[in-house]
Amino acid sequence: MGPLSVNGIISENTNLFLAFIIGIGFGFVLEQSGFSSSRKLAGVFYGYDTVVLKVFFTAAITGMLGLLFFSLFGWVDLNLIYVNPTYLTSAIVGGIIMGAGFIMGGYCPGTSFCGASIGKIDALVFIGGLFIGVFIFGIGYNLWSGMYIAKFLGSPKISETLGLTDGIFALILIIVALAMFWVAEWAEKKFPREAY
Amino acid sequence: MSKSKSSKPTKYLNPYVGGVLLGLVLLAANFVSGRGLGASGAIKSTVVTAVTTVAPSAAENSAFVKEFRESHEGNPMKTWLVFEMLGVLVGGFLSGTIAGRLNFKVEHSPKITSRRRLIFALAGGVLFGFGSQLGRGCTSGSALSGMAVLSLGGFITMMAIFGTAFALAYFFRKNWI
Repeated sequence: MGPLSVNGIISENTNLFLAFIIGIGFGFVLEQSGFSSSRKLAGVFYGYDTVVLKVFFTAAITGMLGLLFFSLFGWVDLNLIYVNPTYLTSAIVGGIIMGAGFIMGGYCPGTSFCGASIGKIDALVFIGGLFIGVFIFGIGYNLWSGMYIAKFLGSPKISETLGLTDGIFALILIIVALAMFWVAEWAEKKFPREAY
Repeated sequence: MSKSKSSKPTKYLNPYVGGVLLGLVLLAANFVSGRGLGASGAIKSTVVTAVTTVAPSAAENSAFVKEFRESHEGNPMKTWLVFEMLGVLVGGFLSGTIAGRLNFKVEHSPKITSRRRLIFALAGGVLFGFGSQLGRGCTSGSALSGMAVLSLGGFITMMAIFGTAFALAYFFRKNWI
């Protein structure tokens, strides 16, 4: 059955329409969770507000378990689901640059659109920066294309790399997340901030 | 969008409930399109479109644009992530309206000026935009969506993003605490 567009169950235009609807859900949940506020987002790096960690890991685990269950029920063919390819060098270096951008700018691309949608001017400026950053990457592409395609490992699953089944890895990730949630709740009590 | 100070903004959603809902949105994206959520891809589409419109000859010679064209047929704005991100603007606006959080403002710590906040926001955006291209996706497309499909690269990028932000937090503490 799923994924619907890959299996030709829905047309390309329906797929794009559903993208818009799913985007509304995405933006709505982000805003409701407080991801429109840079001070709330940055809180995770100082311990005073760990909403990012809680929402992010709960979402990743819910999505992961949902896909595993859907596969189990025969509702989705996991072989047709896109697994992000692994280019080791660019995954690490790109992640480091993004991390620096995160702590300086207080947003990531998705949350900056969310912040801008409710009138945050700092989010709008961050989006302006995003366009400049993408443009610079494009202009100097030849300079870093070597790094961009280095250490290509295919599209391995982390469970395969670790020699575990998907189910066992999922269980371990849930336990790790629960431990992090416990630390997060402790940190919020230890480093309280006034309302902002 | 007026500066309403009369109504008190409502509280945020419980983060674990928000996480489950976000996970269900991510699941829906995979079920419908076979791919997860994303954000930076829509910016890439817009940059490619802008460059192609303003400087067509430069775009023709650009390896970056060429690579994009090879993986995306047709109009670069008619892509899944562009429509999804338009939805994000609508969804965020709806949520902000319901919660009474619509307000034009520069949000910053009382210890820093608006100007300083905006300079750092711009610099952070430039870095994040650049890094998202190198890392083939941002926190949404690479880290969150990658983790849900157990992508090794997704987990590595997630750890690199959060690890670096934690490691640098001390140096930028004045901006936030």
